[in-house]
Amino acid sequence: MISRGPRQADVDLLPRLGAFARLLHDAGLEAGPRRLTDATRALAFIDLKKHDDFRSALRTVFVSRKEDIPTFEAAFDIFWAPPDPRAAAGVMPGRGRSLPLPPERAQAWANALGLNTSQLNRERQDSEFVARSSGYSAQELLRHKDFEEMTWAETEQVRRLLEQAPWRVAERKTRRLRPARTGRIDLRRSARHAIRSSGELMTLFHRRPRVRRRPLVLICDVSGSMERYSRLLMIFAHAIARREDLEAFVFSTRLTRITRLLRHRDVDRALDSVSKSVHDFSGGTRIGDAIADFNRRWARRVLGHGAVVVIVSDGWDRGDPAQLSAELVHLRRSAHRLIWLNPLLGSEGYEPLTRGMAAALPFCDDFLAAHNLQALDDLGRLLAGLDSRSAR
Amino acid sequence: MTAPASIEDVERRLRERRYIGDRSLATSIFLSLKLEKPLFIEGEAGVGKTEAAKVMAEVLGARLIRLQCYEGIDLAHAVYEWNYPRQLLHIRLLGESEDRRTAEREIFSSEFLLRRPLLDAIDNDDAIPPVLLIDEIDRSDEEFEAFLLELLSDFQVSIPEIGTIKARQVPFVVITSNRTREVHDALKRRCLYHWIDYPDLDKEVEIVRARAPEAADGLAREVAALVQGLRGMDLYKVPGVAETLDWARSLAALGATRIDPTLVSATMGAALKYQEDLERVREQVPALVEKAQRASYPAKSEATP
Repeated sequence: MISRGPRQADVDLLPRLGAFARLLHDAGLEAGPRRLTDATRALAFIDLKKHDDFRSALRTVFVSRKEDIPTFEAAFDIFWAPPDPRAAAGVMPGRGRSLPLPPERAQAWANALGLNTSQLNRERQDSEFVARSSGYSAQELLRHKDFEEMTWAETEQVRRLLEQAPWRVAERKTRRLRPARTGRIDLRRSARHAIRSSGELMTLFHRRPRVRRRPLVLICDVSGSMERYSRLLMIFAHAIARREDLEAFVFSTRLTRITRLLRHRDVDRALDSVSKSVHDFSGGTRIGDAIADFNRRWARRVLGHGAVVVIVSDGWDRGDPAQLSAELVHLRRSAHRLIWLNPLLGSEGYEPLTRGMAAALPFCDDFLAAHNLQALDDLGRLLAGLDSRSAR
Repeated sequence: MTAPASIEDVERRLRERRYIGDRSLATSIFLSLKLEKPLFIEGEAGVGKTEAAKVMAEVLGARLIRLQCYEGIDLAHAVYEWNYPRQLLHIRLLGESEDRRTAEREIFSSEFLLRRPLLDAIDNDDAIPPVLLIDEIDRSDEEFEAFLLELLSDFQVSIPEIGTIKARQVPFVVITSNRTREVHDALKRRCLYHWIDYPDLDKEVEIVRARAPEAADGLAREVAALVQGLRGMDLYKVPGVAETLDWARSLAALGATRIDPTLVSATMGAALKYQEDLERVREQVPALVEKAQRASYPAKSEATP
């Protein structure tokens, strides 16, 4: 007497939907109970036989940013693909297993997420490289020691020092107003007060623009020639990400945004996820391409509110210097201040003669070293002292 | 007008009002109506996000209430404000003799309240719940986002002098963002999400025909193909659908029925908004025009030598 109507289908679907949500969750999408509930409710309103509607319904519920769409599509394709023979035989993927996928699909899923073994190997080499050198560690010496020569333990100390660094990025005036003792007259509050005191404008209240810290955008070269500095610069980025409004990107042949990855509390886990998702660590350098990519894809999104842009690179570039110049001109126009950090600037007798550096220099507001803690502190002081007006 | 009964129904009604959207957009709209959740629409500038909300109001036969966001937008501009000049006037007219408490109750009544879009959206006598468009939320700041989060979770506003005003009917909320910054996850979590992409050639031609009927058929096709070509180029600001429409209208206004390099060079400011982009495209206009014409008439191009 039980009709095989839509109700029946829903009952079958629920565990699979839960497994699908878990898969999305593992891939970093927000797929908590609230969304799962929404998804269940949503499916009651659509015709489940229409595959595209089913997909759209789940997408509109589970996805909440554009970057997640490809992940969602991959997960959907893999999970809701026509059932494999075992599923037809009654073994539903996702039931009574810890992994919601059968092995071959799990492999396809791992590939889709870009996880592979070669990256894991590269990480280990990185850590061996740093651990190989040895040295001393008195704090003052540490401040002036080139990052390139630091031991693992020293790096740890630097990390702690960076976290305690006393500077913060300078503030700018926003367009939101706050009550203040002086400044523009706040008619709203004055009138409100007057009404309470029988209609006489007796006291005038004032308000001034609220100040906020400027957002900081870090674009970091992690190509082969920068390898010795990459780890420390990432630690630096992680340290400032914890207290400033930071957008961070790395590039060697292409640009990767790592802002979200740096939000991990634990520096090692943060760096771990960075090296997993950046596919071209220690590759060649195409600075112009990276900046061009930034200008087109990210500038409008992250350069609002008077942002300060810091590019870290040694300027060894295999790309076209003319392109680099053109892109920097554009970038400088949309940023409050453009700062270039070059680790080589710390070495004696260095002159910015590399093609890339020569092309870039005229368009940067500041050109600073970045080879030791002292240099990063100088940068900090510069950032803290930025005038509310552009220095140009 | 009754609420749409199915995805097909939403699709059909959008089309009737000359909004050419994907079926997936219709699905998102339909579900956000059914689940009574706000719809968060993102996409590049000029792909029809705001338009979607406007058309939805027509489709539902509801009133459109629009809140344009900007940096520093606050409750006085978004929710309510007391009409202080009137209050002051009123209190002075009453004079000293009146009982203070009665006077206060009088001037803090809804008669002296200036109702801004958000209050209007939750407190109204509309027969059909209004469509509330919160446009370009990425321009507002975190403080305002936090407030919206609160409003969207229980659809009520408290005004100290009056009390809590709760929505009798939940408005259909559409939030748009150009992604000039990332909107907080907590806010997005309350919403259904839809990303509007650039349309493909056929769809864009359809949009031009629907929205700029003054453009001849051939012109509509060629302009759409031209813009599709521009989107493949390395530009600072890729033209959106709004630009395609502007361009088609400009060319139609000049009496053009086909495109040619001279016309394109003269009018491409309708689509390209950066000096560098104009420069870059200028050199390639003849090639782009030829490519666009080939894409518009695939069969013909094979026939001509």
